[in-house]
Amino acid sequence: MDIKAYIALSLSLFIIGIIGVLIRRNAIIIFMCIELMLNAVNLLLVAFSKMHALSPVAKASLDYASDAQIFVFFIMVVAAAEVTVGLAIIVMMYRNVHTVDVNFLNRLKN
Amino acid sequence: MNFTTLVFIILSLLTVVSAVMMIASKSPVHSVLWLIVVFFTISGHYIMLNAQFLAIVNIIVYAGAIMVLFLFVVMLMNLNADSEPIKNYRIQLIGIISGGVLLLILLSSVMSIDKSQLVEMKVGDEGLIKSLGMNLFKNYLLPFEISSVLFLSAMIGAVVIGKKDEEAENKKVN
Repeated sequence: MDIKAYIALSLSLFIIGIIGVLIRRNAIIIFMCIELMLNAVNLLLVAFSKMHALSPVAKASLDYASDAQIFVFFIMVVAAAEVTVGLAIIVMMYRNVHTVDVNFLNRLKN
Repeated sequence: MNFTTLVFIILSLLTVVSAVMMIASKSPVHSVLWLIVVFFTISGHYIMLNAQFLAIVNIIVYAGAIMVLFLFVVMLMNLNADSEPIKNYRIQLIGIISGGVLLLILLSSVMSIDKSQLVEMKVGDEGLIKSLGMNLFKNYLLPFEISSVLFLSAMIGAVVIGKKDEEAENKKVN
């Protein structure tokens, strides 16, 4: 498979995430779109690691061939920690203003 | 067209369509379920790239733990399609057009490159648990330990943020 196909797929997923952040007002959906963007980047990293695996440089040093996938693993770890804190913040916001609409959070505006 | 290309095209279409349905559906519960479909198809892509460990971790951590957390919060707040805040149509249109233009420019610039490389499909052992584990615990032991501290602080942070603020409530009563 060509690497360009994976770049196109990841770009599409990332842009769908951006559009979701732009057009939705529900804080939870915006948060889910951020997760979608993280996953698009993960997919591209794995595809690039498998592209690198075909090159002669990777054949010479097998010890570091799986570096990109370790990186994806750490991205997943950080995403899990981020989701717990983010959802706690959204629950606290819901408790205070009784809505998840991000347009209500404009106290700093004036 | 060989079998791998066919599977790739079907999986990619499924991924993109589910992602579009995720941002298009009115009910937040439906959005969460569509996002779970996206994560499963991405795991399918990982399996096709022979990144078996990441495929399993993606299902367990994302589709299992994180999305259940999202579903739990959505149901805790009792959100449904009626209570869904809707942006006005002009801003939605502007968002879709600007995102589409960005996609068009990036895609055309990537596709206009003449050089290209192939991706190794279905073979290669750098995505298996053995080589990943050797690399993780030999070269990346310190980041692994630091991530455990990160998890601990995230756990404490979530509890501190999520617990009821009793002082503020007492002030409200008085």
